[in-house]
Amino acid sequence: MQKNMKKGIIKIVIVVLVFILAKFLIREGIIGAYTERIIITVGINIILALSLNLIIGYTGQLALGHAAFMAVGAYVSAIFTTKLNLPFVPAIILGAVAGGAAGFLIGWPILRLKGDYLAICTLGFGEIVKVLIQNIEYVGAARGFSGIKLFTTFGWIFLFTVLAYILIKRVVNSVYGRDMRAVSQDEIAAEAMGVNAFRAKLLGFIIGCAMAAFAGGLYAHYLMFIDPVSFDFNKSTEILTFVVLGGIGSTSGSVAGAVILTVLPEALRGFGDFIKTYRMLIYSIMIVILMIFRPQGIMGNRELSLQNLMKKGNTFNIKGGEKDGIA
Amino acid sequence: MKNRLKKVVALVGTMTLVMGMMTGCGSAAETATGTTASAATEAAAEGETIKIGAVVPLTGDVPALGESAKNGYQLAVDTMNANGGVLGKQVEIIFEDDENQPSKAPTVAQKLIAQDKVVGILGATNSKCSIPMGPICTQNKIPMVSPTSTNTKVTVEGGDYVFRACFIDPFQGEALANFAKDELGAQTAAVLYNMADDYSKGLAEAFMESYTAAGCSVVAEESYSTGESDFNAQLTNIKNENPDILVMTDFYSTVGLIAKQARTLGIEATFLGGDGWDSTDLVSIGGDAMEGAYYSVFYASDDTSEAVVNFKNSYAEAFDGKEADGYAALSYDAAMILMNAIENAGTTDSEKVVEALNSTDLDVVSGHVTYDESRNPIKPAIICTIKDGKAAYYTTVEPK
Amino acid sequence: MVTFFQQLVNGISLGSVYALIAIGYTMVYGIIKMVNFAHGEIFMVGSFLGLFAVSVLHFTFFPALLFSMIGTGLIGALIEKVAYKPLRNSPPITLFITAIAISMLLKNLVKTNFLAGPNPHSFPEVLSVDVFHIGPVQVSYIQIIVLLTAVILGALLQYFVKKTKTGYAMRVVAYDKDAAALMGINVNRTITITFIIGSALAGAAGVLVGIMYPRLEPTMGTLPGLKCFVAAVLGGIGEIPGAIIGGIVIGFTETMTKAYISSSLADAFTFSLLIITLLVKPTGLLGKKTFEKV
Repeated sequence: MQKNMKKGIIKIVIVVLVFILAKFLIREGIIGAYTERIIITVGINIILALSLNLIIGYTGQLALGHAAFMAVGAYVSAIFTTKLNLPFVPAIILGAVAGGAAGFLIGWPILRLKGDYLAICTLGFGEIVKVLIQNIEYVGAARGFSGIKLFTTFGWIFLFTVLAYILIKRVVNSVYGRDMRAVSQDEIAAEAMGVNAFRAKLLGFIIGCAMAAFAGGLYAHYLMFIDPVSFDFNKSTEILTFVVLGGIGSTSGSVAGAVILTVLPEALRGFGDFIKTYRMLIYSIMIVILMIFRPQGIMGNRELSLQNLMKKGNTFNIKGGEKDGIA
Repeated sequence: MKNRLKKVVALVGTMTLVMGMMTGCGSAAETATGTTASAATEAAAEGETIKIGAVVPLTGDVPALGESAKNGYQLAVDTMNANGGVLGKQVEIIFEDDENQPSKAPTVAQKLIAQDKVVGILGATNSKCSIPMGPICTQNKIPMVSPTSTNTKVTVEGGDYVFRACFIDPFQGEALANFAKDELGAQTAAVLYNMADDYSKGLAEAFMESYTAAGCSVVAEESYSTGESDFNAQLTNIKNENPDILVMTDFYSTVGLIAKQARTLGIEATFLGGDGWDSTDLVSIGGDAMEGAYYSVFYASDDTSEAVVNFKNSYAEAFDGKEADGYAALSYDAAMILMNAIENAGTTDSEKVVEALNSTDLDVVSGHVTYDESRNPIKPAIICTIKDGKAAYYTTVEPK
Repeated sequence: MVTFFQQLVNGISLGSVYALIAIGYTMVYGIIKMVNFAHGEIFMVGSFLGLFAVSVLHFTFFPALLFSMIGTGLIGALIEKVAYKPLRNSPPITLFITAIAISMLLKNLVKTNFLAGPNPHSFPEVLSVDVFHIGPVQVSYIQIIVLLTAVILGALLQYFVKKTKTGYAMRVVAYDKDAAALMGINVNRTITITFIIGSALAGAAGVLVGIMYPRLEPTMGTLPGLKCFVAAVLGGIGEIPGAIIGGIVIGFTETMTKAYISSSLADAFTFSLLIITLLVKPTGLLGKKTFEKV
């Protein structure tokens, strides 16, 4: 207990120090406005990847409409701040609640079924959300919702990304998290062991959807403009790519995937025209190769942890025994 | 004792050495940074080149459009440089890709401003990218000229530093409505647009507003979504209303498809559309169905005025005989407007450039350009018609 | 009333297009229980192969159709060998993600300038697009051809799967792969054949739809792919007659929504239909209830 507390304090101190350092670098202009924008994008993408990973990696359900939940959060929170003059934080929290509610509406009937149904339904849901937004003049329909105030700053992003990471860690290591993992390994066996598979799946799905909606709220108040096409199936596959590259079922892997795939295209700007032109082609080949040779992604279901870094020179810590595949 | 002395001497010696090195290095570094810094400021003030940034969708869903825009900008800069450049300096243009994604465009603009230290930005090509990009330019006090963003909001929400080279949706809608009423004598119209596309929807709404305000009636309003290719259901409804004209505000490839299905179904209305039609592929997809259709554009490709002919020839020469489309022409114009403003301002100081932009009075490929108080160009719309499978100039609609 | 009949024709015509694409989709699912997400993209490739055969090789309609079917069949076999086969014993989620990646791959491959490029192409008129009238209602020949092709191909496929030896092997593989292997059935070969047939059907659909709607672009397979998947699920995924019925129902619903409710909400209705089907009868109209083996 004592040891855990000490570790926790060290972690908090490190996070605070990193934040102060980054803030200092931004104020001094060493991290420029351009880099700051990329960092903010990375933060949003990390939250998205974490949320999808909870659904795919830990609950074992394939969701293909993640961008739709992001859209729900983005639009709902933007309506609250822009049209109803609510402050930023309550607005994005309401956005997240709306996303969670949407997740419940889809998940409650569908997650009772076994098989690929969730993938199909979330896909359909993604299309429905897009079409509905395109029909609502109140939020600008296809022309997009503009005039949203800028609220998402580096400070908020830093705070929320860290909180999202902690939340996911907490959920995964809780009783419910163990239920989710049990269900993802073998639903029938888990049920035989007395796990309420439906409840575990639904809980994971709702939390994932709410987090995606939360990220959507951050996105809307950072870009100041949202349009329905930005939340289409391509966006959902982009988030899926983060998770797959990083390692399905690995929290730090999702972070790594989101960071790499957000920073890389920016880093390649200017040179590497070939890579940029064929980016999507390269991504798709990469996913196929990953799925065949290393379906567990870069990190697999291993986690990068502080304790491990301090104990040995070894970077990776294998938790819960080695297990290949995403199961 | 001896040993100790030795140690002290060594220590003092080392310390002196280290300190000497540190101060030495420090001063050396200081002078070095000092000179580079002053050199950099000098280069920016006096320097050999003037840097302009361009945001183009080189990859993503509309790379062909991005290529046209890029070529247009490049041609304008090359032409300017061949004639002695701007303010006696050569112009350097830096292209960045926004993938036609609203989330990428502001980041790209920020990169051009912060890292490349550009004095002005051209782009973005589509309204959905220009809207979030505008505030970034205004915040950093860098003038921005978008070639083809027709949404009114681009300059309204972008702020004082955002300009454009094309006319806005309400103007084009009004031009089309007036043309339909006065020239075609059409009293009833059906409108078919892509509800998933901001341009298509914006123009359709602008048309309907002006058309009903002019006392005519829109008898059918139908829509579809991106990627659909069967329009029979909507067209059957339209046929029932028997309108005088059928307005389609989408891009050429979809319009060609709709036109074909409309004629097959027996709709006899005259087809009318906007600048999205401007491509030779309109006829190759639509075939005979396009015959006798009218559409508004920024410039007519068969225009024989010197500016247009020169532009078309030099474009073809510069890019392996490629035919210049509307996007290339407007991008060329946008670059010309910006460079002309810098020249007129006599400096790259952004406030002066914006002042010069506001008082633009210039002949470009797409006609004569001056700006109104919301930084939109005041210039005429050209109406073209399809005759014998080719686009031909029909009439000019002057701004009111 | 005339309008209603015309809309009925429109609906059935659109539905037959969906049915044509959906039969290949459903067949692959029926045999290997895998959602081949790339089916819509194979359909797109088929369209472009047909265009290549007609405009570059100067083939007439039937050789072009055959060319496209052979081409897509080979591509389907290749995809199965390279991407899906190594994953045969992986969890379904891995296969699903791979299929999404394959669909991205095909789309972006065709989009490169070496192949078709990002711009739309038009299809030359190799079939008559003339119309004839039944009373005041008008029908075009191509609409009839597409409907007939869908029904005939569906019937042939049903016969093939139910009556021939290979078809029998397919059904055995669908039932239990391991037991099939023990019974001396070449599982790999059977699955490859399934993929070749499914992809060739998509290729045929590609050519016909390319002629019907002559605007070919790399993204043309995405939306039909999704909708045909809905059609297959609606009809009972894995059931060939179900795919035809599902396709027609979807086409009909879409057309009627556009005609009498709202043309801008049509897609929302189509996908709501999917979700409602899954809620009310997850096995689809013709699907049989299955039990999971423990």
